[in-house]
Amino acid sequence: MPLILTEEQEMLRESARGFLEEKAPVAALRKLRDSNDATGFSRDLWKEMAEMGWAGIIVEEEFGGSDFGFVGAGVLAEEMGRTLTASPFLSTSILAATALKKFANAGQRGEYLPKIASGDLVMALAVDEHGKHGPAKTAMKAEKSGNGFKLSGAKTFVADGHVADKFIVAARSGGAPGEEAGITLFLVDAKAKGSSIERTSMVDSRNAARVTLENVEVTGDDVIGEVDNGYMALEGVLSAGRAGLAAELSGASQQAFAMTTNYLKERKQFGKVIGTFQALQHRAAHLYCEIELMQSVVLKALQDLDDNFGMASVTCALAKAKAGEVAKLAALEAVQMHGGIGMTDEYDIGLYLKRIRVAQEMFGDFAFHADRIARLRGY
Amino acid sequence: MTRRQKWSAMMSDLEKFRLETRAWLEENCPKEMRDGAVGEEFICWGGRNWKFKSEAQKTWLERMAAKGWTVPAWPKEYGGGGLSKDEVKILKEEMRRLRARSPLESFGIWMLGPALLKYGTHEQKAHFLPPIARGEIRWCQGYSEPNAGSDLASLQCKCEDKGDHWLINGQKIWTSYADHSDWIFVLVRTDPKAAKHLGISFILVDMTTPGVSTKPIKLISGKSPFCETFFDDVKTPKEHAPGISAIVGELNRGWDVAKYLLTHEREMIGAGGGGLLGGRSPGEIAAQAIGVEEDGRLADPMLRAKVAQTEIDGWAFLLTMERLKDEAKAGQGIGAKSSMLKYYGTEFNKRRFEVMMDIGGSDELEWEGARTEDGKLVKGWLRTKANSIEGGTSEVQLNIIAKRILELPDA
Repeated sequence: MPLILTEEQEMLRESARGFLEEKAPVAALRKLRDSNDATGFSRDLWKEMAEMGWAGIIVEEEFGGSDFGFVGAGVLAEEMGRTLTASPFLSTSILAATALKKFANAGQRGEYLPKIASGDLVMALAVDEHGKHGPAKTAMKAEKSGNGFKLSGAKTFVADGHVADKFIVAARSGGAPGEEAGITLFLVDAKAKGSSIERTSMVDSRNAARVTLENVEVTGDDVIGEVDNGYMALEGVLSAGRAGLAAELSGASQQAFAMTTNYLKERKQFGKVIGTFQALQHRAAHLYCEIELMQSVVLKALQDLDDNFGMASVTCALAKAKAGEVAKLAALEAVQMHGGIGMTDEYDIGLYLKRIRVAQEMFGDFAFHADRIARLRGY
Repeated sequence: MTRRQKWSAMMSDLEKFRLETRAWLEENCPKEMRDGAVGEEFICWGGRNWKFKSEAQKTWLERMAAKGWTVPAWPKEYGGGGLSKDEVKILKEEMRRLRARSPLESFGIWMLGPALLKYGTHEQKAHFLPPIARGEIRWCQGYSEPNAGSDLASLQCKCEDKGDHWLINGQKIWTSYADHSDWIFVLVRTDPKAAKHLGISFILVDMTTPGVSTKPIKLISGKSPFCETFFDDVKTPKEHAPGISAIVGELNRGWDVAKYLLTHEREMIGAGGGGLLGGRSPGEIAAQAIGVEEDGRLADPMLRAKVAQTEIDGWAFLLTMERLKDEAKAGQGIGAKSSMLKYYGTEFNKRRFEVMMDIGGSDELEWEGARTEDGKLVKGWLRTKANSIEGGTSEVQLNIIAKRILELPDA
């Protein structure tokens, strides 16, 4: 498949860009932050996005989705990255929708996918338990109890955790932390007895939570995929999430870079526009190249998810690793080249620095994925 | 016909072409030419003085040239194969399938050919292109001068109009393989009073003309792929044959031709960084040379991180070349992005060789002897240092990106 967008995907991008610039500019995130909004995103806006087919972007048409595939989802994530749009898109439309579409049984798919596509159900993935990502380190206990399980343990960095109606939780039904075997994925109701949720206020002003489960009861029907063999499914879901985040990072970097080159063309010092200085020109040109590389790996990962989902994990790791590094560079250069004004809260560039820091950490930073790639390649 | 019918008709034509190509290659590619060898010493450069390394090399060139497949995309009337982009791709795939060597490589194919096809007259094309396609004439490129490197447009090699001939005086440097070449395409100053980009012409000179001399330059790698080329009162006819002008394009507009060719050269040098990724990965080599821990991780964690970083960037760069190719096919020219390929590809290649040298340690520092194949890696490492200088330095590429793509203002 050629490494470019199809006409249809290009049209999706154009319409998304127009919509987001009008309805969800950076000012919208600022407003949510400054008003300490309890939801952390606009439910009305999310409803509108759902009506356009965004909430069900990877969901099949029979369940009310628009079935645009992962490239379509990435196009939207990238555009939302440009405007720093806050929405449950990653948690619900990428992570949960992937888990259900790819690994759930017919009953679960029929029950939840239509509600995701209509924008009526917000879901969140609860996987990490420590400050550094590591799905195999899962320690949350899933103890057999009658026909079901009792879940106990604590999860952190759960995107949209405090507004989710349902969680997809990775817990250990067998084996020991560090092992891939013995992990099971469960659907857990947010209001289940024994669950407590603490909203965490993050540097990027986006939604996250710590979720504690204490003897929360689930039944066999709540298992997604197979008991003890959930790691492969979890990896599949995380791959989609990593590619989605990489796309978002790409959008955020491109926007931060555009703001920076515009600034270089306007700002005058020593009687000259600072963009005439070669020291800055070369740094900007180098960053341009890195951003081009980032766009290539992101598109490749998204296409792989559509073409050969089971084999996409490596390119998704590549995309997340490269996008995280390049986005960091883009944010750092943007702030430095903006000089003093880049340090002010009033100016938007700082918001990009903050979001990029969070998104590059989520589901594995550069070191995590570089290590995985090295191991896969035999060293 | 509906669109779908047209599409399937085209596909079946291509499939037919693939089968015919496969059969022809099976029939005609000599066994000795099927070892996939790509190193400098295996290349057939052609030219008047070329000594074939084997009978098979000669046969292979002759058969491919007769088919027009040494330059498959060139028009048939100029010695090419007249193939479409899709057909060229299939031919390359089928050659790879057979591990067939390239029958012929040369600056005529890479550089002069594309320049003539774009800027030459029909007569020039008909005169100069077929001998390139057949490997009979070997060309070299006279661009850089001792005082015109990065600032190429400041070149001074003088070319005066003497009525029936041009009189050339000056010096070129970094002329690849000038000492083995038959003809040279040269950038000369034909109007010393015009602005520096506007007084340059692109002229074709026979290397056997009295006054042309060459001197190889020994490099840090111990090899001498480059020469100095001197022009002392060289008289080049206005027309090499009736109707065949020595100047390509318009007089004093040679910079347009040069710029076009530099773009080509940049894509080629940039692509070299990716091409070298083939074969065993640095990670695999490191695992073998240094050993791994019980958990499979390379025993040197700092080096391991460097290797992984290099592989990630190399992979991302390869995908970027693929994406730009696909964009070009879809009709978006790559334009100044060739500077990105040149800059990133060559800088990456240097990094990659640094890592390979780190992996090799003192074993790879041996300059001579069978253990290192006479310093194959260390000499390759030294060679890469020129990558980010030749064809426009990295700094010049960054200037181009800043101006042409980012549209940052001139100082």
